[in-house]
Amino acid sequence: MQLLIEGIFNGISIGAVLLIAALGLAIVFGLMGVINLAHGELMMLGAYTTFVVQNGFRQIGGPLLETYIFFALIAAFFVAALAGLVLERGVIRYLYGRPLETLLATWGVSLILQQFVRSVSWQLVIGLVIFCALFFGALWAISKRSNFYRIRNWAIAILAVLGAKISWEIAAALGRRFGLALTQPWFGAQNVDVTAPSWLRGGVVLMGFQLPYVRLFIIALTLICVVGIYLFLGRSPWGLRIRAVTQNRSMSACLGIPTAKVDALTFALGSGLAGIAGCAISLLGSVGPNTGQNYIVDAFMVVVVGGVGKLVGTLVAALAIGTINYLVGSGTLALISTPIQPLVDFFTFFATTSMAKVMVFALIIAFLQVRPAGIFPQKGRMVDA
Amino acid sequence: MIDTLLGIPGLRRERQTRRNLLIEAGIISAIALVLIFVMPLILSGFELNLLGRFLALAIVALGIDLIWGYTGMLSLGHGIFFALGGYAIAMHIKLQIPSTSSIQLPEFMTLYGVTELPWFWRPFYSFPFSAIAVLAVPAIVGAILGYLVFRNRIRGVYFSILTQATTVVFFNFFNGQQKLINGTNGLTDFRTILGASVNAPQTQFAIYTLTILFLIAAYALSRWLTSGRFGRLLMAIRDDESRVRFSGYDPTGYKVLVFAISAALAGLAGAMFTLQTGIISPRAMDIGFSIEMVIWVAVGGRASLVGAVLGALLVNYARSRLSTEFAENWLFFQGALFLIVVTILPDGLIGWLRHQGVNQVRSLLGSRQLATYPSLETDPEVQHEREVLSKETSE
Repeated sequence: MQLLIEGIFNGISIGAVLLIAALGLAIVFGLMGVINLAHGELMMLGAYTTFVVQNGFRQIGGPLLETYIFFALIAAFFVAALAGLVLERGVIRYLYGRPLETLLATWGVSLILQQFVRSVSWQLVIGLVIFCALFFGALWAISKRSNFYRIRNWAIAILAVLGAKISWEIAAALGRRFGLALTQPWFGAQNVDVTAPSWLRGGVVLMGFQLPYVRLFIIALTLICVVGIYLFLGRSPWGLRIRAVTQNRSMSACLGIPTAKVDALTFALGSGLAGIAGCAISLLGSVGPNTGQNYIVDAFMVVVVGGVGKLVGTLVAALAIGTINYLVGSGTLALISTPIQPLVDFFTFFATTSMAKVMVFALIIAFLQVRPAGIFPQKGRMVDA
Repeated sequence: MIDTLLGIPGLRRERQTRRNLLIEAGIISAIALVLIFVMPLILSGFELNLLGRFLALAIVALGIDLIWGYTGMLSLGHGIFFALGGYAIAMHIKLQIPSTSSIQLPEFMTLYGVTELPWFWRPFYSFPFSAIAVLAVPAIVGAILGYLVFRNRIRGVYFSILTQATTVVFFNFFNGQQKLINGTNGLTDFRTILGASVNAPQTQFAIYTLTILFLIAAYALSRWLTSGRFGRLLMAIRDDESRVRFSGYDPTGYKVLVFAISAALAGLAGAMFTLQTGIISPRAMDIGFSIEMVIWVAVGGRASLVGAVLGALLVNYARSRLSTEFAENWLFFQGALFLIVVTILPDGLIGWLRHQGVNQVRSLLGSRQLATYPSLETDPEVQHEREVLSKETSE
């Protein structure tokens, strides 16, 4: 019995991580039908932000060091939200109504972000800044011309190539001149470690098993996020607009809701939540360029099982998937079913982390046979709902 | 000439299509002859092997074009079928143990202390079974998965997510089973197939030739499937599935069928690829690889079989060139490729050529043409208004 409780607690803590990862995804997916495969990489950005903030506080030192995690949460939220905003304005807004293509585009973005954290260095940053200055500066200058719209595409193509070449050369020259000071990668391809503040180490002992403080912290954080999102969507004017656009985009547009702004805001919000999720997972283990990949598929399964556009569905699905995953993966189920030998053999076969995924997926497929639209399907009269 | 005189409108069109088909067949066989007889003279052994691999990958691109380009289902799980095909042929090769050897097991099994061959390895002793399994195993897995998913009308992005999750599941499964299929390391170190050494140049050339023949067969199959009634139904499902259902068809069966065919093509591709690389490992079921397959089709042009083949060849060529030159930054290029194709060339190269290419090139050369919308000329409402206007002015 105690084993089961312990298993359920650990499962809930895994579910909390999943939930916080899936929350932003669910909002974005529910609102815009955009499959954001770069969501995992936005989480990764949040995790790396935590790492940077931690190092910054370590440099400063002093008693403030223990509280770095709160600053890191805020910073992670804003860094990821900003990245999301750029992504939405730069790419996704041209692809609304073509969900499969947003999927490919965001996958491209996720590849770029992965490689970016591997190879980001002062040299790369300087190159990027020069490129942006050249490209957007020249574009701005050209936009004054009267025949701007006729030559726009050509100008962009030529400027992109020219700007890339010039900035590449300058950055390479600077790199040769100053050497490692500029070319040393910030993070490199290796994983980096975030150490939790000392008050988060250890745990509280309850009925003979330990609840790590970190897990409790993440559960609390998830709770705060869920409640915050609930209040934001339920009570604030922008929340109302977001819900309206989710329900019926064209009708909302007709009623004067700025749907483009709503989209951008929602995407930034979802990305910011990804940043917080990244901050949370950085407490659990080391952070690397592949961090995001580990969570993205699970997060999507949560969204699919929960039903799109429903916060409650996401909540229930995340907790259920997390718990089942842990119970199967840790072998708890195998231990519980001791009297019946075939069941024990069956569960022992799946009692590893990776094999648990196999079983959970089978369960998900079985579940979708019963309820194809998730736990809480979106109600509507449309054929294609 | 004579059929217009006789007034049989269909006859002429039929002749035309038949002539077009003959021309197409001629072009393809010419390309195949060049690939088989001229390329070995030009390219080194390594490059020829590389070309063979790309051609194998073009087969899976055809499969993806069938389900994505024509039926509108974006599968992110074709790596599974690719790998299943590869494993099927690799298992057969691993069982080619000389009878003189003391242990009649693949060598990795003895490392993990397995004493008896697992049951599912046994049938792979026979070559005919393995050859059929290359196609059948992926097709059956695809059909089962497809049936479970399509029966519930799960489609669009949900289908994509589910296939992606399936990929992760299969990856985990193959990665975790060290004893049964050598886990992470995969099956490698191939010796003989049908009595011939796998790595001998003659065998490799035979495999290369075989790949080309399979590619042509796959192309012919896809062409046949997509040109007739079946193909039109697939496109109808892509464009408006509900409408197809309301017209009295059951799309599920067609979707399952085309998914299974596409999976079989992927399995075939996987087998040919494995024979030429000499390794199959769970890495072939990486999510990234499965999505990459989609981008080959997107680059070449969706809903165009030539585009799929072309895209696979081009992207893989660029990849092999760029990743040797900029090993570090290949991911940047790949990511940029995804972005560029999706935003600037949504129809791929072939689609661009068909729709905008001619006009853009012409306007680049300076000869600008003014044109109305052709649809306006046939729009009955416009015609009606013109008539009314001309009447009014004449009165």
